[in-house]
Amino acid sequence: MRIAIVDESAARASIMEEGLSTLEDCELIVITERRGMLARMAAIDPDIVLMNLGNPSRDMLEEYFAVSRALARPIAMFVDEADDESIVASVEAGVSSYVVDGLSAGRIRPILDLAITRFNAFARLQNDLAEARGKLAERELVDKAKRILMESKGLPEPKAYAELRKAAMDQGKRIVNIAEAVVTAHQLMGGA
Amino acid sequence: MTVELTIGFLPLVDACLPILAREHGFAEEEGLSLRLVKDMSWATVLDRLLYGHSDAAHLIAPLAIATTLGRGRPAQPLVAPFVLGLNGNAITLAPGLAREVCGEGHGLGDPRKVGEALRTIALARANAGKPLTFGVVHRYSSHNYMLRYWLAACGIRPDQDVEIRTVAPPFCAEALELGEVDGICVGEPWNSVAVEKGAGEIVLSTSQIWRRGVEKVLAMREPVLEEKREAVLRLIRALCRAAAHFVDPVNWETNAAILARSEYLDGAPELIRRAIADQLLIARGGAMIHYPDFMFQYREAANFPWVSQAEWLYTQMVRWDGLDYAREDAGKAARVFRPDIYRAALLGTGEPLPGASSKVEGSLAGPTVVGTQQGLITLESNAFFDGLVFDPQDVQGYLAQLP
Repeated sequence: MRIAIVDESAARASIMEEGLSTLEDCELIVITERRGMLARMAAIDPDIVLMNLGNPSRDMLEEYFAVSRALARPIAMFVDEADDESIVASVEAGVSSYVVDGLSAGRIRPILDLAITRFNAFARLQNDLAEARGKLAERELVDKAKRILMESKGLPEPKAYAELRKAAMDQGKRIVNIAEAVVTAHQLMGGA
Repeated sequence: MTVELTIGFLPLVDACLPILAREHGFAEEEGLSLRLVKDMSWATVLDRLLYGHSDAAHLIAPLAIATTLGRGRPAQPLVAPFVLGLNGNAITLAPGLAREVCGEGHGLGDPRKVGEALRTIALARANAGKPLTFGVVHRYSSHNYMLRYWLAACGIRPDQDVEIRTVAPPFCAEALELGEVDGICVGEPWNSVAVEKGAGEIVLSTSQIWRRGVEKVLAMREPVLEEKREAVLRLIRALCRAAAHFVDPVNWETNAAILARSEYLDGAPELIRRAIADQLLIARGGAMIHYPDFMFQYREAANFPWVSQAEWLYTQMVRWDGLDYAREDAGKAARVFRPDIYRAALLGTGEPLPGASSKVEGSLAGPTVVGTQQGLITLESNAFFDGLVFDPQDVQGYLAQLP
């Protein structure tokens, strides 16, 4: 079975690919380029297309399936009418799928389930990443505030940090908020 | 108690009414809290609507009918109790082609003349095996139907003499630039984006093809309308107030700035303001023209879902999908538009309500006072450029007349 994975995010596409590669008898093709997508689709002639829900090329691709291929091999959105639950789950996860008519639900279901799982995993990963980035930014801010205190008050590093921490405790704030205030104040006073 | 409604939309100027209903507090005053969900394709907007992520959506009117009739996917009845606007689209051609059919330094063309000139080129290109290609935003869009209506009336056969395919609005300018398409029919701000890039020149506004052509609707699943009827009525009142606000010149600047924000259109306020003000820059470095009623969001009870508009869209679906006219489907299509809900929402407000639910489309050449249930309505010309008239009493007769 030939599965095309269409996603403008190469990272998510590779996570999908990795997940689906455990399936037997499946050839996976990843398309991340919008340009020339229809020509590639025609060349690949996939049995299933998995595509991220937010992909702006969906309307174009749906039309291609509806018109160009209608006679040869109709492609249906999702599995069939009875599969509302997995459709809801896939919309929830942000994946849409197009399936050649006539493929049995038994063959499609595991692929769809896997796709949904991988999409959810990717979303979690992104959240973690955003959180990590946030933490990194916080640490940089604290470092900057520390340097300002060291330079302007001639404090050694541990002392500068202790001052920040004390201010935070006294005011019932997070240390990063104090650091932010220090940096902002410093900028307002003409510092770099 | 505040009711939350989730509304899906695509980043287009005519997504303005739900956005402004939220931003100016009209929804809040009706006891509604609107959550707006932006997507990048109509397929996704529709998925969210059908699978319960959204209660209602900004949707291309023909797609609401196609979904109800089960075109392309299992049938699900949708209803449209409010029209979000008429027209607001344009046909933009690659600069070389635009000048060939309209002349150097052109303004908006005359649909007949442009069509005639285009026909010569289209036939030559088709004979040479390199047919002209047009991009539209969706096969079930008014853009597709307006473009096809115009081409066919000018003796250019869509799908035979020219190719028409789907291009997502944000990629229209790029497709023109790369020569993937020779022309596009799209809503604002995407024509202007193409013009600014020098990738295209505007030759026609769709309001020149059908002076009062139905465009986007507020669509929802029929069961949702039944479950949340009270909230929907309130939403309609809020949208109506947003429409009045939208067309008032005093608010154009503010509203353009709101719509331009990253969570909405994420675009240039200047281009959006132009569309709101019915202004079009035809070509890069060219003159700005004012084409009244380019967008049509409020006057003449523009938001009233005329059943005859839904029926007209069904005739075009029959025509271009190669279907046989089916009485049952025509009835289903007609029932997608729900003037009864519109009336229930606005009865007793200052908004005028037409007395009839259907009208003969394209029959008015000039201002005509029509019968109302409340208030005054003077309809202006609603003509099709070729002078044909759509009488919903005789759908089959109309279909037989079309080229």
